[in-house]
Amino acid sequence: MTPDTLLAARGLSLSFGAIPALADVDIDLWPGEMLAVVGESGSGKTTLLRVLSGLLRPDTGVVWYRDPDGRLADVHAMPAPMLRTLHRSDWGFMHQDPKDSLRMTVSAGGNVGERLMAKGARHYGDIRAAALDWLRQVEIDAGRIDDLPRVFSGGMLQRLQIARTLVTQPRLVFMDEPTGGLDVSVQARLLDLIRTLVARLGIAAVLVTHDIAAARLLAQRIAVMQRGRVVETGLTDQVLDDPQHPYTQLLVSSVLQA
Amino acid sequence: MIALRTEALTKSFTLHLRGGLPIPVLAGVSLEVRPGECVVLSGPSGVGKSTLLRCLYGNYRAESGRILIRHRDGDVDIASADPRTVLGVRHETLGYVSQFLRVVPRVAALDIVAEVPVGRGVAPDAARDQAAALLRRLNISQRLHDLPPATFSGGEQQRVNLARGFIGGHPVLLLDEPTASLDGENSAVVIALVREAKARGTAIVAICHDPEVRAAIADRLFPLAPLQDAA
Repeated sequence: MTPDTLLAARGLSLSFGAIPALADVDIDLWPGEMLAVVGESGSGKTTLLRVLSGLLRPDTGVVWYRDPDGRLADVHAMPAPMLRTLHRSDWGFMHQDPKDSLRMTVSAGGNVGERLMAKGARHYGDIRAAALDWLRQVEIDAGRIDDLPRVFSGGMLQRLQIARTLVTQPRLVFMDEPTGGLDVSVQARLLDLIRTLVARLGIAAVLVTHDIAAARLLAQRIAVMQRGRVVETGLTDQVLDDPQHPYTQLLVSSVLQA
Repeated sequence: MIALRTEALTKSFTLHLRGGLPIPVLAGVSLEVRPGECVVLSGPSGVGKSTLLRCLYGNYRAESGRILIRHRDGDVDIASADPRTVLGVRHETLGYVSQFLRVVPRVAALDIVAEVPVGRGVAPDAARDQAAALLRRLNISQRLHDLPPATFSGGEQQRVNLARGFIGGHPVLLLDEPTASLDGENSAVVIALVREAKARGTAIVAICHDPEVRAAIADRLFPLAPLQDAA
């Protein structure tokens, strides 16, 4: 850990019964960088994301978060209201299924505006203007602002979730398979959107994905997980082009070339 | 002053999917490149020229030895530096032109090139002007500038890649077959770009099979000899 480390985890372990979901995992994240966590289904990627973001408590280990004033807080020791406040303002969490974070009975604009209101915004005109601006940034037509998300396509829902997550200008975003289950052309558009927005806003992110190409495109650093352990970590291009661990070699050699 | 120096650089690959088969490629490579000098790696195909170049960039992990790059006022050892330090060196000091452009979906050729100066603090409009000028010099016509290069020909993609590599003005530049899919006219542009970079004090390490281009850019050759196959 260095004086500017944004998020640091040490010795995270968690078992579901006899199955180790996390085994002695260390993670460091610095401001403005994206860390990809890759590995096959069941390797513990999503569990790691939930533990890092305080949604799931580890059996052992600690997660530190440095707030904007430079103070370190133990994510799993902070009072619940403080954690909720973090999730509403400094942090964002993008789910694989946007329906897990969107409210399907509230309009598209309302979904974006709601997060601003949760952070304390009260002026209706400002909130609607911000919502419109963010719909434009994620390439959703302004005329759809009053539509309910349930009439949106999968790709639009994911873009709406991006707008809802980023509208509060979080410092740290947790992303769980943000392009999973979408058409390839829609994936490309989302990847480009995420890449551009994250770079422009200087957001740090932990990206969980099984898509090696997406990890290469978006992340400066990568961690490879197998059976709850981080088996290899380093520069994304180095780990993918010169993998050292047997499992990483298998993972990289299994990717289809398009 | 030395811009780039390797000391006893060794690299082998271990193929775990082949029962841990070791493939030694480089052993005890000691290379020195001064500012303004272009060193061309030579040796038969498969001898490890690209591997050496990738090690210098930190794209391959050196097994032992050091790779010292003159960065700001000191030397950084790429072989042992942490990822964030390597990224910082690549950002400011160390440029690399690979053989193939890794295209980013939906991003226009102009923006792929302009991204480099923007990342180094140049205003977006000025960066786009610089990028457009360099692309035109490399004979990428204006009508292609706003298109993503995914559908470009191999030669066009390589020229976008070259523009991206040369626009940053990095003090150390690594070139992997920069003229492999180019015709004579475009090769001449690349030769001119290399000469201008050398005149600015850029240290260059290149792989270049074309004898004419090689003769035009190389100050000296650095021969690599095949290692005995341990397998």
